[in-house]
Parts: sequence; structure tokens; C-alpha cells
Amino acid sequence: MIRFVTAVGAGVIAAISALGRIVLFACTALIHIVKPPYYFREWLNAALNIGYLSLPVVGLTSIFTGAALALQIYAGGARFNAEAVVPQIVAIGMVRELGPVLVGLMIAARVTSSIAAELATMKVTEQIDALVTLSTNPLQYLVAPRVLAGLIMVPILVGVGDIIGILGGFLVGTGSLGFNAAAYLNNTADFLTLSDIVSSLAKGMAFGFIATLMGCYYGLNSGRGAQGVGQATKASVEAAAVMILAANFALTAVFFST
Amino acid sequence: MISLTDIHKSFGSNAVLRGVNLQVPKGQSMVIIGGSGTGKSVLLKCVLGLIEPDQGTIEVDGANVQTVSRDAFLAQFGMLFQGAALFDSLPVWQNVAFRLLRGSLKRPKDEARDIAIEKLRRVGMGPEVADRFPAELSGGMQKRVGLARAIATDPKIIFFDEPTTGLDPIMAGVINDLIREIVVEIGATTMTITHDMTSVDTIADQVAMLHKGKVRWCGPKSDLRDSGDPYVTQFVSGSPDGPIETLR
Repeated sequence: MIRFVTAVGAGVIAAISALGRIVLFACTALIHIVKPPYYFREWLNAALNIGYLSLPVVGLTSIFTGAALALQIYAGGARFNAEAVVPQIVAIGMVRELGPVLVGLMIAARVTSSIAAELATMKVTEQIDALVTLSTNPLQYLVAPRVLAGLIMVPILVGVGDIIGILGGFLVGTGSLGFNAAAYLNNTADFLTLSDIVSSLAKGMAFGFIATLMGCYYGLNSGRGAQGVGQATKASVEAAAVMILAANFALTAVFFST
Repeated sequence: MISLTDIHKSFGSNAVLRGVNLQVPKGQSMVIIGGSGTGKSVLLKCVLGLIEPDQGTIEVDGANVQTVSRDAFLAQFGMLFQGAALFDSLPVWQNVAFRLLRGSLKRPKDEARDIAIEKLRRVGMGPEVADRFPAELSGGMQKRVGLARAIATDPKIIFFDEPTTGLDPIMAGVINDLIREIVVEIGATTMTITHDMTSVDTIADQVAMLHKGKVRWCGPKSDLRDSGDPYVTQFVSGSPDGPIETLR
């Protein structure tokens, strides 16, 4: 029994200390975003990688999700003669929930893993140490530009994903479910409110922060060798995905619980 | 002058450095030898501030490294890493001129590029290499670029971590000769870590042997082979028989 309690206690302490390290790392990253020097070129590269180069995967994910959502709502709604709500539910579903979450998870898969693997490899090959000896703070040079790029680019991606998702529903709705195009768009526009859009973009910002932060944290704290790089990459994606879903719940509660 | 006094460093229960005392006179080339895992790299990293020692004092020209301004302190250092540690995302010239493109030593871009090309020339590489990326270079070429980066700002102190590891004997000889020439030319104080006795013969003015976290022997290169210390004799001769435990 004592062994069991000891094991549970050790696990809890380890989890709390890991959380503490992540929170400290997040605070340090935010401070370095504000504090000079600023590495604009690094930010631009990160923004290009996180934002522009993620557009294809975000676009494809969103359009198929929006299209499938339209079909599901139509089929489900038909059970109680509510087929007409397809535009509204697709819009609200995409903007409030599916758009941000799917983009967040895609970014966790694509960007978090890439950042973690890159930084872990830099650590293993002593490039991080080399940065320090060249009077460059790795947090300033590597972490701050990536986290800032995540904060700015992921909300934009979420906005694009929302629009493309709604477009997916529109194409299915007007192409195969018999909706009038103008009426579909009017219903969508009338139903969405400013708070829906703000919540969507705020979620995007939070998810971008989490995804880039986890990549940087696990990358810079990776173990040695190829195994260390692999474990850092895996752990970063797992942590980012779980934290994004938890943050989604928390933000949904903040924005929409009455 | 670099002065290390009673340096201790442990990682968990593993005591790597157990009271290192070492003086490197100004303008001298100190080569630190010793078996794998004796704490040579940890010692270098302690001086650079990459690892904080648990105990002891490190002074450079009389200033305690833990109290001086970090930027000013690092500005007088150059370092060649074991695997060169070039930044994959930057072309060769930007690697060499990294310090000249940002921070307190920042120069205009054209000037930084010119200096980088001059330093590449100094290590025997032509300007055509400047725009290539590190992944396009062989191990020996990467080491040369690393060396060019280490001397880019004409530092007062240069560290070399296993400069010939992974190179064929001819390329190792080239790198050793380059290091010696450059050190004499710049007049820098240097610390080199190596297992390679050819490097010791080419680079060293002074030699220190690290064993079990302490300096076992220290003296001029000319005394190395007549040190009278059985540990040093075994290491220099590369014999498996002697006081240094070996796994067979």
C-alpha cells in the first residue's frame, strides 16, 4: 500500500514539476518575444513555414470536414424535418469548433513535430551550444520567432480554414442537397455572430502558442542521439494535441457557457 | 590567462570533475588529454558558461567568469566544436560571419561577407564555397568552416573540442597544421581537447592530462614523454597495460 501511495505521489510530483517547467518556459518565451534584439528574418522563415506552407493541409482538411458535416447534418436533420438548418450548423460548427480544433491538431502534427525535431537535432549536434558561444541567446533566436509566428499565423490559418470549411458545406449543399446558393450564403452570414468569429480566432491564437511552445520546449530539452530526437518529437506532438483539446474546452467554456 | 581553481561538477551521482586546478598562460596553447568520460568536454563547457560548475572559480585575465558581462566575455572567445556545429539553415559565409551579422560585433552585410570569405581563404577554402550549405560539404570541409567561424572575430581565446575526430589522417594533419598556424598568427590563448597524440605534437605548448576528474599531470609538451607518471606514459603509448583501467 505504501509503495502504491509512494508511486502515485512521485507521479503527481513529477507531473506538477513538469507543468511548472512548461509554465516557466512559456513565460520566458513571452518575455523574449517582447525583449530586443528581434530576429525578423527568423520570424519570417517561421511565419512562412507555419502559415503559408500549412495552407494546403489546412485547406484540404477543412473542405472535406465542411462537406462531410453538411451531409451529416442533412441526413440527421431529415429525421425531424430540419434539413434546412444545414448552412447554419455548418457555419457554427466550423467557426466555433471544428475549424480551430482541426487547424490546431494539423499544426500540432505538422509544425510542432518539425520544430521539436529541428531543435532537438540542433541540440544533439551542439548547434545550440554554438549559438551560446556566439553570444546569441537560443530563446531569443530560436524560440521567440517561432512562438510569435504561431501566435500570428495560426489565427489566420483558422480564419482561412473556417471559410474553406463553410465553402465545403456550401459546395455539397448547393451541388447535391438542393440548396439555393444565395439563400445558403445569406443563412450562413445571418446566423454567425461576431463572438463566434472572435472565439474562433482566439482559439487559433491559443493553439498556435501551444503548438509552437511545445515544439520548442521538447526540442530544447531533448535527450541524446537519434532516440532523443525521436522521443522529443513524439512527446511534443502528444503534449500539444492534448493541451490544444484541453484549451479548446476551457475557451469554449469561457466564451459560450451562460 | 585562464585560471581554474578547484572545479567540481557532478551529474546526479556521477562526479565528473573532482577538483580541477589548471592555469593556461596568456598566448599559450594548452592541450588537455585524457580517456573518454574523464570530463574534458565538461571542463571546456564550464569555462564557456554552458555548464555551471558546482564549486570552484574560473577566471579569465583575473575576472571571475560568473560575474563579468556575458556578452563581453563571450565576445573574446572562439570555439571549434567536435562536429563543427554549423547551422544547417545558413549558407557557409553566414555561418562564418554569424557573429558579425548580429549583436555587439555587427558589421554591414557586405563587410561581414568579405571577412567571412577572407577567413575561409585562411583555412584553405575558396570563395565558391561561401554560398553552399553545410550539408553539401564533407566532414573535413565542415571542420575548416568551423575553424573559420572560430577565428572570424580574431578572438583572444580559442577552444578546440576534438578537432580531428572523424577525419582521415591526412585531413587531420591539415587541420592540426592550420590550428597551429592560426594560433601563432593571432597570438591567441587556446585550450584543445583531444585523444589524438599527433594533434598534441602539432598544437601544444603545454599539456595537461585529466584522469578521474582531476588534473593528473601538467607540463610542457617536451616533458610529456618523460613525465615519469605511469598514467601519462600509458596514455601516450596507447598501451592497454598500466594503471588506467581498460575494458577488454
